Amino acid sequence: MSAPATTTPAIPLGQRLAARGLDGLTLLVLPAVLFLLALFIYPFLYGLFLSFTPKAGGALANYQRFFSDSFLYGTIATTLWLALPVTIATLLLAIPIAFRVRLMRHQRLLTTILVIPITLGTVLVAEGLLNYLGPQGWFNRTLMTLGIISSPVKLLHNYWGVMLSLVITGFPFTFLLTLSYLTGVDPALEQAGATLGAGPWDRFRHILLPLLLPGLAITFCLSFVQAFSVFPSAVLLGAPAGPTRVISIAAYQAAFEEYDYSMASAVAMIMGVVQLVIVVAVLGARGLLYRGPAGGGKG
Amino acid sequence: MVKDTRLSTRLWAAANWALIGFFVLNLFAMIATVVTSSFATRWLGTWFPAGWTTRWYSAAWSEFQLSDVLTVTFQIVFLVVFLSGLIGVPAAYALARRDFPGKKLIMLLFLLPLLVPPITFGIPLATVLYRTGLAGSMSGVVLANLVPTVPFVILVMIPFIEQIDTKIEAAARVFGAGTFKLFVHILLPLLMPGILAALLLVLVRTIAMFELTFLTAGPTSQTLVVALYYAVFAAGVRAVQSIDAMAVIYMVTTLVWLVIALRFVNPTQIVARAKR
Repeated sequence: MSAPATTTPAIPLGQRLAARGLDGLTLLVLPAVLFLLALFIYPFLYGLFLSFTPKAGGALANYQRFFSDSFLYGTIATTLWLALPVTIATLLLAIPIAFRVRLMRHQRLLTTILVIPITLGTVLVAEGLLNYLGPQGWFNRTLMTLGIISSPVKLLHNYWGVMLSLVITGFPFTFLLTLSYLTGVDPALEQAGATLGAGPWDRFRHILLPLLLPGLAITFCLSFVQAFSVFPSAVLLGAPAGPTRVISIAAYQAAFEEYDYSMASAVAMIMGVVQLVIVVAVLGARGLLYRGPAGGGKG
Repeated sequence: MVKDTRLSTRLWAAANWALIGFFVLNLFAMIATVVTSSFATRWLGTWFPAGWTTRWYSAAWSEFQLSDVLTVTFQIVFLVVFLSGLIGVPAAYALARRDFPGKKLIMLLFLLPLLVPPITFGIPLATVLYRTGLAGSMSGVVLANLVPTVPFVILVMIPFIEQIDTKIEAAARVFGAGTFKLFVHILLPLLMPGILAALLLVLVRTIAMFELTFLTAGPTSQTLVVALYYAVFAAGVRAVQSIDAMAVIYMVTTLVWLVIALRFVNPTQIVARAKR
């Protein structure tokens, strides 16, 4: 009999891999992984590489051009100035409404109505708002009949048109996410607070809000990222040459009007980095929050 | 839930309902404007149009070549639905049943395309597709649309698969079924409701997916939503009512599928896609 070391290779490689969870069945994941590596990771890396090989100048020429031309770097501020107020507005709208809807028995009808703008998509909402908010549209007409305003409010082809369309497409998303987090909080906790004499505001302030904040941080990130990448409504409802020239318009123009894919990739990378910075900042702040169980059981 | 009858609480509830009402009212009024306008003969400076007609539908149908656009749209959408099911369901099965080194990394790979907005990854993706000559054709549009839908199918399917008892599969293995037979005779019938739900959601999302299709489509591979964008973008060339008629056709195409999808899924599933 030889040393025990020689008996280990007697176990076939296949069995040793299977013990770690790798067998023929695991390979079923491969097509999906390869597909995403080829069409998601590779384009990203390729774009990153391409952004450092500009048409003219050194490796950083695209980035230098972006940050020295106010027509280009200004788009970051323009987009933030749209995306941050929209995200905060939708969250402030969504939280009280989610609290209200949580108490309802039949939520399905309302949630279905709220899913409609997401299903219709940004292009149709933009098209509809062009009719609805126009100087002769029903919105201005109603306000004028009610005597609230004397002349039509200008809501199209400026900041407000884009803002309103983003709230309409963004609110349902924020609301439904908030609702799904809120239904995860055990109602027994709130009842315990009420038993001890806490009013609605105290219950919200000391029980529900702390439990909900981590979920709200995620909701904020997802809504912000969606609003930051606004494209069709900024073109159709806004003033794409001026006040609502958002960063995705700059990227699109570089790629499909100047055919400078290198510059377009650089803009896309900058867009990704700005989104990442905000998301990391919010998630970093989230790390400071309470992250325990939201159930009311023992233990 | 806690009952409260104080005046301040009631006022707050009323204010909330007013807010919901205001939002829903404006949403429906916006949709109603489009529908009304598409049936209007002449609508300038009055509450309602001067007369009603259906001729804008035939006008839009021929002006925008909607029969071609609709054919292309459904070809693309059904290819995307079929392929994302074909790639996604087996991957979801492997991820639900096996624990292997690097699984967390793979899950992250599947989460990212759902978290990163389409326009951010769409521009580098379109660049690669143009370099390889795939963009501008139908296959390029299908490939681009598959990037978010394959992970979506995987993430929706994993919980469905996890709730199937592994003993059923073990029994099939004992009687000599291979992986393929197992899929066709055991898993597919059991998973059908889940697969149907996931694929219907993919269908609804792909019809409405503007950014990726817009960035990769050529003149012969436009879907309905991209054609609508170009029509609105170049408004002024054609009558508003004709564009509105096209918008109504688009609305009907998406909402029909939404209604079918809602028979199988909870509406929140369309949104709460990246829950961890």
